[in-house]
Amino acid sequence: MTQRPTTTDADLDNSVLADRLERTWRTPKGFWGALSTVDHKIIGRRYIITAFVFLALGGILAALMRLQLAQPEARVIGPDRYNQIFTMHGTNMMFLFAVPVMEAIGVYLVPLMVGTRNIAFPRLNAFSYWMFLAGGALLWIAFALDMGPDVGWFAYVPLSGPQYGAGKRADIWAQMITFTEVSALAVSVEIIVTVFKQRAPGMSLDRIPLFVWSLLVTSFLVVVAMPSIMIASTCLILDRLIGTHFFNPAEGGDVLLWQHLFWFFGHPEVYIIFLPAVGMVSTIVATFARRPVFGYLALVMALIATGILAFGLWVHHMFVAGLPRLGESFFTASSMAIAIPAGIQIFCWLATLWDGRPSFKTPLLFVIGFIVTFVIGGMTGVMVASVPIDTQVHDTYFVVAHFHYVLVGGAVFPLLGAIYYWYPKITGRMLSERLGQWAFWLVFVGFNLTFFPMHILGLQGMPRRVYTYQPEMPWHGLNLFVSISSLILMSGFLVFFIDVIHSARRGLPAGPNPWAAPTLEWATSSPPPSYNFLRLPIVRGSNPLWEETESLTVGGGLSVDRREFIVSSVVEARPEARETSPGDSIWPFWTAIASSVMLTWSIFSPWAVVWGSIPVAIALVGWFWPKGTPEEEA
Amino acid sequence: MRAQNLRGALCAVLVSTLTGCTGLQSALDVHGGPAIQLYQLIMLVTVVCTAVWILVVATMLRAIWRRRDRRDDPLLRDPAMERRMGLAVLGAVIATAIIIAGFTAASFLTTRAIGLASADALSIRVRGLQWWWEVTYLDATTGATVTTANEIHIPVGRNVRLELESADVIHSFWVPSLAGKQDLVPGRHNGLTIRAERPGVYRGQCAEFCGLQHAHMALLVIAEEPADFANWLAAQSRQASIPAEAEAAAGQQLFLSRPCASCHAIRGTSAAGTAGPDLTHVGSRRTIGAGLFETTRGSLAAWIADPQTLKPGNNMPMVPLSGDELRAISAYMASLR
Repeated sequence: MTQRPTTTDADLDNSVLADRLERTWRTPKGFWGALSTVDHKIIGRRYIITAFVFLALGGILAALMRLQLAQPEARVIGPDRYNQIFTMHGTNMMFLFAVPVMEAIGVYLVPLMVGTRNIAFPRLNAFSYWMFLAGGALLWIAFALDMGPDVGWFAYVPLSGPQYGAGKRADIWAQMITFTEVSALAVSVEIIVTVFKQRAPGMSLDRIPLFVWSLLVTSFLVVVAMPSIMIASTCLILDRLIGTHFFNPAEGGDVLLWQHLFWFFGHPEVYIIFLPAVGMVSTIVATFARRPVFGYLALVMALIATGILAFGLWVHHMFVAGLPRLGESFFTASSMAIAIPAGIQIFCWLATLWDGRPSFKTPLLFVIGFIVTFVIGGMTGVMVASVPIDTQVHDTYFVVAHFHYVLVGGAVFPLLGAIYYWYPKITGRMLSERLGQWAFWLVFVGFNLTFFPMHILGLQGMPRRVYTYQPEMPWHGLNLFVSISSLILMSGFLVFFIDVIHSARRGLPAGPNPWAAPTLEWATSSPPPSYNFLRLPIVRGSNPLWEETESLTVGGGLSVDRREFIVSSVVEARPEARETSPGDSIWPFWTAIASSVMLTWSIFSPWAVVWGSIPVAIALVGWFWPKGTPEEEA
Repeated sequence: MRAQNLRGALCAVLVSTLTGCTGLQSALDVHGGPAIQLYQLIMLVTVVCTAVWILVVATMLRAIWRRRDRRDDPLLRDPAMERRMGLAVLGAVIATAIIIAGFTAASFLTTRAIGLASADALSIRVRGLQWWWEVTYLDATTGATVTTANEIHIPVGRNVRLELESADVIHSFWVPSLAGKQDLVPGRHNGLTIRAERPGVYRGQCAEFCGLQHAHMALLVIAEEPADFANWLAAQSRQASIPAEAEAAAGQQLFLSRPCASCHAIRGTSAAGTAGPDLTHVGSRRTIGAGLFETTRGSLAAWIADPQTLKPGNNMPMVPLSGDELRAISAYMASLR
């Protein structure tokens, strides 16, 4: 035992306590303070905003593609630029928008929802944001310099290999993977530890909010799936940079090895994006139907089942690559089986709506839009899971329609609903309900008009990833229709962005709990103070703010002079220890800068790994320099 | 037999007038055994899925708009209601499981039906290159080969086994009106059985992204009555005709003396390049540039004059030619029938 802290929160009344905690937890003002902060809310907010900037950029790319495809043999964009654009669109949306935005919302909300003061490993969290930003900058700067990757977001060899992928374009793609995967892995580890070890006393496993459950499962998916793509992209860089032959059949390598490694990651990737959205849906449904979500246990099991099944489906992306047919049938069965947990979730939400008293605010509208569109995406998912059907629709616009139904209908709709739902918590101000309804209807109608016809185009024989098509093909009318419809979709997003920017200053004040929601993030002010909760809550049920309407039970005994929080047990969340959360530090930022220089340089020379690792090592020494505070007290 | 021939020809004419010179390319307009079976499966699954979707959305709308009692405490539960909902969810999940089990069985059976090989299958080698298709017929008795490009002639009503190989990157062979697609993967030997029930021109195009001109990598499958097919194959087996006209003869001289011959082969001449398509009977093929244009003297001249504008990034360089030279070479090309 080290010395007892001088003052604990139990000794102080509320106003003095707020003042003392603020002094201990606040982020210093100024430029260096902003770079040094480890506050999960500030980092989470940055993450969310950055991801939405990438969404807007990716949307502009989509608009350019629709411009080119509106007419047959159009010459708006040449094949070289078009190939860069569709590669950038996919890569950007998957690696720089969808995965990061889901994790970002987790970074912001998970500590609040489990009732703790900061995320686990807060400096790693700061580092992960800088790495994400650097990876995004690398990709977009390369694109601006006409060096953007042009091999598809899946970068199949040998097209992306040394023989056919000239220049540094494919290397930039592969190295961008390293950046974003490092950041995603870091956040996943933080979320797993936060959920397992930092929950409020009493929040046993069966009381964890479903959104937190979904992020926990997602984080495990990231930890298992991402190494596969990092191995693949690293092998690709090695093939290209120093002439290894991992993927060169002439030298004993294998072209399909790439596809296995890529899709072993790539399919779980879909669930990495989708599962947090499912958590958002469960949260929104419960709050706006005014009853706890029906079938909590079934929903948790469905999340876990989806997470496990996610690793048994990757071959359905390779049904036409020439694998043995019997083996493929197994993957048809496993791919279709995912309809069962998906069905359980849909049915439980419908039951919740059925029994509840739904109030149709914007977040719930997006959930309803989600159910309508996602079920279509699930149905077409069943179709592509069937080997024979897939031989017709694979790599056509049918698949483009399918995965936009799953990813936009299934993940972006809930995400937009979640932004309307949690924006008041993050900013302290409400978004406009009127603009929200406009945004919903424009996005919902625009989306369906844009993407539904693509099913038909695909069945009519239009392949994916073509920069144009010939006038004699019967695709012209639908393509023009799709291009025009996409304007409606984009106007919906425009209304959303306008609302978000406008309401940040002008929105109505939200108060701590504008939706009368049941979970802990609403038990503190909006936006939350730097220390999250004045006194850490103690949980006695699954819906704390509904169960304890008067005032929440709180605990005490934490030091106010250093950043203490409660460590609790994994299953029952019994308090086990007090631990000190690290203070602000500039070193994660320098480590990210040093790592970025090393990784970017290594696109051009293998020696970068040797010389570039020296500054990384120096920065890490700074990062881990002993801090002189007691780490833990039982 | 004659009537059938006539109908086939009529069909081909109709098809080519309706959709230009390119013929059909649709998984919904099917004319070959495998594609017909796939179409039936697609329709089955679509109908069932649509019904399920309607059911889900109807349930949701009912859940939204149904009358309910005023109840303020969100935690107040009606145990009878909970039980009913539990049973409803369970029933729906079981129904889901039954439906997907049915789909799995149906798709397994379809795969097996398509995969049944037939002993009398004709074998054709198809090699994918950036961005065109090389097609080789092997005469099993003589060992002679006939090489053409971007056009596969097949006899009607007979299974045709395509041996799929790639010379560079991954391509995917897809003629949706006849069969599902199959990738051409470097270092691997894949195969695909196609079959046309009716004479006709069926268009296909590369379905796996393969670089700059992935969009312009089309091919035609021309299904003919067996006798027509045999005639065609016999004509293709012959060496290139010796040009009769003076202009075409001059074109031949130019072709052989300029860089053309280093990439293209014309059987019966000294041109033996292998980088580009075999041109022995290029004039008889319906399209040039892998489905880019209908073959005419004009389109041949335009292509030779400036291939990089018509198909940017393709591997054919622009060879500087005078107007007369261009006319001569295109006359020669058009004469290679």
